[in-house]
Amino acid sequence: MAEHHLTFPTTEEEIRKLRAGDLVTVDGHIIGIRDRTQIRIFDQGQEPPLDLAGSFLLHTAPNVRKLGPGNYEPLCIGTTTSARMVRFTQPLGAKYGVRAICGKGGLPDEAIEPMRRLGMVYFAIVGGAAALETTQIEEIEEVAWEDLMPECLWKFRVKDFGPLWVGIDSHGNSLFHDVQESAQKKLEELVANL
Amino acid sequence: MSAVATDLARVVEDAAAHLYVWALKDIPQDLRDAIAEARDRETSVPGRRVLETIVRNVEVAERENNLVCQDTGIAVYTCRVGEHFPLHPARIYDALKTGTERATVDHPLRSNAVHTITRQNTGPNTGHRLPIVHWEFIPDWDGLDVKCVPKGSGSENMSFLKMCTPADGVKGVKQFVLESIVGAGGKPCPPGIVGVGIGGSADYAMYLAKEAIARPVGTTNADPDVAKLEEELLDLLNQTGIGPMGLGGDVTALAVHVEHADTHMTLNPVAVNYQCWAARRASAHVSADGDVDFDREF
Repeated sequence: MAEHHLTFPTTEEEIRKLRAGDLVTVDGHIIGIRDRTQIRIFDQGQEPPLDLAGSFLLHTAPNVRKLGPGNYEPLCIGTTTSARMVRFTQPLGAKYGVRAICGKGGLPDEAIEPMRRLGMVYFAIVGGAAALETTQIEEIEEVAWEDLMPECLWKFRVKDFGPLWVGIDSHGNSLFHDVQESAQKKLEELVANL
Repeated sequence: MSAVATDLARVVEDAAAHLYVWALKDIPQDLRDAIAEARDRETSVPGRRVLETIVRNVEVAERENNLVCQDTGIAVYTCRVGEHFPLHPARIYDALKTGTERATVDHPLRSNAVHTITRQNTGPNTGHRLPIVHWEFIPDWDGLDVKCVPKGSGSENMSFLKMCTPADGVKGVKQFVLESIVGAGGKPCPPGIVGVGIGGSADYAMYLAKEAIARPVGTTNADPDVAKLEEELLDLLNQTGIGPMGLGGDVTALAVHVEHADTHMTLNPVAVNYQCWAARRASAHVSADGDVDFDREF
């Protein structure tokens, strides 16, 4: 298991160096995105007003205090369950050049192939650890689609964001697939002995 | 309302506003102990790191007076109302609703509530039939107990119901709980409290599962047969290898709580309601003359 410190946005070359199980911390800019944001982009066909090329997407809907037009103070920012949004993986990579998707709980196996083909990774964060996560967010730099509050598009500047684990790498490996496969095997054994 | 009732309504409203925020910021001690104990016995490297991060997060929330988790949940209250408590439950409900709204606006807290068809946000974490309030009525008593359980959606989405047959027996119950928790994987933020409701009817089994997750870790069901099932299920779940956050490891659940009700001879319902590691709950006791004790667990 290697450890990496990455700055986003990044390149395919950097992403290809990561292997499932590696530990990662992140600096730079990350984009907050959620169910309704992606429904608007892909199901309602609206172009996102922020550039997603090389980006790190965080599955989030933050607690914020409004200071003025488009100006928000982060209060408590954490991460939601990713699996609900798995169907957006392929178009995020193919159409917008997204390099990393970060959330909690993993993405199902259907994310493995597009991530391999397009050079993307899934980062698993510690779900619920929002108080800590908030201390790693330096500023909310931009907010788009405020009408979807709190499921807007958020641009955060972060420092030492993590710990994150490479849950799915760009070489066809998924920690979540492996854990699920071995747990299913164990389940059969446990059920047979009930 | 009488002057006494008006004053009491305000007391209940203040209590609700306080309980909601308090629950979100301060994880109960029994849970802190269970997480620390899990960290000490976890042998997988990522699993241990996850649990260390969780412990650190709880400390940061306390130091910064911040919410433990960003998901301010869906406001669920359980009320035990004494027969002689001087405020009618209709007014208690209004007070809980207003208190929830006040907490949301004043803090401010993220508003999660949406219309279930249009998905439009309804505002301050209340709406049609929100908050959800469960009632118990206690004879020969003049007090009110309120428990607030703001439950996150990551764990609530991992809720499962199966109408097992009588011939499936307890074995069928165990199999369904195992399948549910393995299938849920890392999604509900394990390790948490696995709530199981058995018996009653379809809806009541799920209610019992929800009641089970709100019990402190370390408590067991009073019925020895049910307590034995709790112990056996915990042992089984912690052999699955799902581990903290589903990254693989020894600790998949901190506790299994089972609540039961007698049922029809043809029924064997089993409901699973997961509670994430951030198992937030806070309680208050309100006396008939308006004194509030926030330390009372029930």
